[in-house]
Amino acid sequence: MNITLKVWRQKNAQDKGGFKTYPVANVSPDMSFLEMFDVLNEQLLAKGEDPVHFDHDCREGICGMCSMYINGKPHGPKDAVTTCQLHMRSFKDGDSITVEPWRAKAFPVVKDLVTDRSAFDRIIQSGGYISINTGGVPDANEIPIPKKIADQAMDAATCIGCGACVAACKNASAMLFVSAKVSQLAMLPQGQVERKTRAERMVAQMDEEGFGACTNTGACSAECPKEISLENIARLNREFYGAKLKSENV
Amino acid sequence: MKLDSKIPEGPLAEKWTKHKFNVKLVNPANKRKYDIIVVGSGLAGASAAASFGELGYNVKCFCFQDSPRRAHSIAAQGGINAAKNYQNDGDSVFRLFYDTIKGGDYRGREGNTYRLAEVSVNIIDQCVAQGVPFAREYGGLLANRSFGGAQVSRTFYAKGQTGQQLLLGAYSALSRQIDSGKVKMYNRTEMLDLVMVDGQARGIVTRNLITGEIESHSAHAVVLATGGYGNVFFLSTNAMGSNCTAAWRAHKKGALFSNPCYTQIHPTCIPVSGDHQSKLTLMSESLRNDGRVWVPKKGIKGLTAKAATEIPEEERDYYLERIYPAFGNLVPRDVASRNAKNVCDEGRGVGSTGLAVFLDFSDAIKRDGKDVVKGKYGNLFDMYKQITGDDPYEAPMMIYPAVHYTMGGLWVDYNLMTTVPGAYAIGEANFSDHGANRLGASALMQGLADGYFIIPYTIGNYLASMPYDKVSTDHEAFKTAEKEVKERLDKLLSINGTKTPDQFHKELGLIMWEYCGMSRNEKGLTLAKEKIKALKKEFWSNVKLVGGNDELNMSLEKANRVADFIELGELMIDDALDRRESCGGHFREESQTEEGEAKRMDDEYAYVAAWAFQGENQEEILHKEELIFENVKLTQRSYK
Ligand SMILES: Cc1cc2nc3c(=O)[nH]c(=O)nc-3n(C[C@H](O)[C@H](O)[C@H](O)COP(=O)(O)OP(=O)(O)OC[C@H]3O[C@@H](n4cnc5c(N)ncnc54)[C@H](O)[C@@H]3O)c2cc1C
Ligand code: SF4
Ligand code: FES
Repeated sequence: MNITLKVWRQKNAQDKGGFKTYPVANVSPDMSFLEMFDVLNEQLLAKGEDPVHFDHDCREGICGMCSMYINGKPHGPKDAVTTCQLHMRSFKDGDSITVEPWRAKAFPVVKDLVTDRSAFDRIIQSGGYISINTGGVPDANEIPIPKKIADQAMDAATCIGCGACVAACKNASAMLFVSAKVSQLAMLPQGQVERKTRAERMVAQMDEEGFGACTNTGACSAECPKEISLENIARLNREFYGAKLKSENV
Repeated sequence: MKLDSKIPEGPLAEKWTKHKFNVKLVNPANKRKYDIIVVGSGLAGASAAASFGELGYNVKCFCFQDSPRRAHSIAAQGGINAAKNYQNDGDSVFRLFYDTIKGGDYRGREGNTYRLAEVSVNIIDQCVAQGVPFAREYGGLLANRSFGGAQVSRTFYAKGQTGQQLLLGAYSALSRQIDSGKVKMYNRTEMLDLVMVDGQARGIVTRNLITGEIESHSAHAVVLATGGYGNVFFLSTNAMGSNCTAAWRAHKKGALFSNPCYTQIHPTCIPVSGDHQSKLTLMSESLRNDGRVWVPKKGIKGLTAKAATEIPEEERDYYLERIYPAFGNLVPRDVASRNAKNVCDEGRGVGSTGLAVFLDFSDAIKRDGKDVVKGKYGNLFDMYKQITGDDPYEAPMMIYPAVHYTMGGLWVDYNLMTTVPGAYAIGEANFSDHGANRLGASALMQGLADGYFIIPYTIGNYLASMPYDKVSTDHEAFKTAEKEVKERLDKLLSINGTKTPDQFHKELGLIMWEYCGMSRNEKGLTLAKEKIKALKKEFWSNVKLVGGNDELNMSLEKANRVADFIELGELMIDDALDRRESCGGHFREESQTEEGEAKRMDDEYAYVAAWAFQGENQEEILHKEELIFENVKLTQRSYK
């Protein structure tokens, strides 16, 4: 296969950036999308040009590091896969493919396709945990948890923190990401004690980071590689307004 | 040099309790006077950093990814062992200890391994309390499965994403400490040297991967939790960024490196599809419960999975069932891997490269129906189809062994301290608990045991005898280390040769896989050593990089890591040459039984090899720690 790539190049956070076009020849349909970039980068390096920088690590769809906006879709045309799991057999010989970084105020571009997603870490640091220390906890089987609840909590917990939901949203809202963590912990008995403050603090941090408001378009869930459900957003809203009503801070 | 493992005296089951009582304690009010550096935020690093913060120490934690949540631990699929005996099937701390020692082919330490089994039960309690959503039964209690051929069901799991959920648990504990100000997190920051002051580890030099800034960080102790070195083979199931740099630089500062040649090869990975291949993907071992492994009796070039369905039964060789009738397709990882290599070496491998064997589910589907098979392996089949484009319900899967885990690592004593005072190594980065081969679901256990339940105690013993004074990063030792790091990076950038770092890495990988993989012999290893020496020379005169030192420069990062991999590769060869026995994951061709099976030689090789760096381009010196077995009887494995 022969492919034409139109890639966003930006030297650093200050640079204005722009698209550059690169032909990539001899692409095998068995290559992953990132392996196709490896091939391009080897060619660029050999010519003495700076390779296209992009984030990646596990290449198995679980670390959440890869993050390419491909032909107008986060993680590309296939549903429920990350960029690293996308294979060239999803494209046709002669295709022209446009690749951009996540675009969101809260995820500034660092270089080329690499963005700064530390806002997500700061949201988790604002209460996305259960406040217990190591040791001194009850036996794991002391509190039975209905299988259905445990499975639902697991579904919410599979979020990989990639940020595709933000990139897909016209308002760059982080509601899906935040709601996945809030839901997971709100469903489990262990998460009850801090339920109110958790929802409040995490939402406040989300706002502070400059993510937009949620207008329920559902683009986030549709593009989420882990198919995190919109139900989590409904649950977060309930948690949040419930918290507000009962909060000591109001 | 006399290696003192510091294993406490006394009965096995009392060692750890006694030791915890005997270690010196740091008074709660004084903990804030000590600074600890933790390099790594995987299971081991995140759990240690969080626990140190909770205790009141000042912690700085480092990782090279953009968030601590992305450490390689996230990718572990299968599960985590713990001797809870929730299933009432006869498990116990002693049984888990015994299985681990035996699984490691009697090349691990009794004391450490027993302790690992002992604290395993606390790990599960801790994770559940953090909100880790483990799989549960309808009654609401935790579910278990048997894993990797274990006779008991002691493996806890969270779908096929156990590593992810455990890491997110540790990450949440870490995040809480970051929020409280006790831990300062440095993302996208790579440790490039260990700094010694008066014979003690007192800090590190790092590079900010975004700005290129070289910085020094000083502390009272340094904990390396930087993972394994499987990527020395270029292709492995490890994440792309996994590397040996931190451990290797510590080694060059005096930390002995143990058993580097002990690597684990996993039998069920998706085969290489072409030169572009950048990493390998593991398919869960559980597939061998129902899949039958075979190749054609006579080699057929380029045999596809589809064409294979047409091959009649009598022309197929189900070689594992034939050679090992008792265990069949469920032989241990190393036996399955080695036999796959053998049939491919005989020219009977399948697929476009000839480096693959079939894993066939057609009998299971005929026997149990497609729905049952789907219920058990649906997500794995989907993943396989996603990657290869082939449908395992219709035609057999193709699999091939791949490097998966490294049992070797920095030598540590019972306190998890390296031979450098004040420098610790935890998780996959140390050598301590898995002997010559690791049991499935034991790495996650070890990472969390080290981080949550062992090092928080043992580090106090060291710190209690340290003065509170901090060493300034203006100290000469830091300045010298910074200068060396800078000079090395400048040197790499100035070579301006013709080969990319990846090209060197691939060449190294091929040498390691060919001569220091599943099967080794003296002639091959000797040749490999020459090849690596030549590769190193070429690297330092012909590597090609672009860009500068003061920006995000991934090819510079890569080159810097490849340079260390090349040196480690040579040490692996030395270690493999020294170990003229077959043990654990490796087959030393000079040491086999009449039937061609692995032959361990306890009289000569029941030791931990610990290598000491002697200076650039000097041969390393081997020290030996004798292994003493008082609680288990050494037996030869047999699967026939
Ligand atoms: C595909 C796969 C599946 C697996 N499945 C299982 C399983 O089911 N059960 C099981 O028990 N084990 C499994 N394992 C093994 C297990 O996942 C690992 O051994 C374990 O997670 C290692 O954890 P760690 O904390 O030691 O290191 P890692 O998770 O590798 O973390 C290393 C950390 O160190 C940091 N780091 C490294 N070098 C530097 C540096 N120079 N400067 C700064 N930071 C640095 C990294 O950023 C990272 O944060 C699996 C492994 C693989 C590859
Ligand atoms: S919710 Fe989905 S898209 Fe958003 S960060 Fe999590 S996994 Fe990515
Ligand atoms: S590289 Fe890890 S999810 Fe894509």
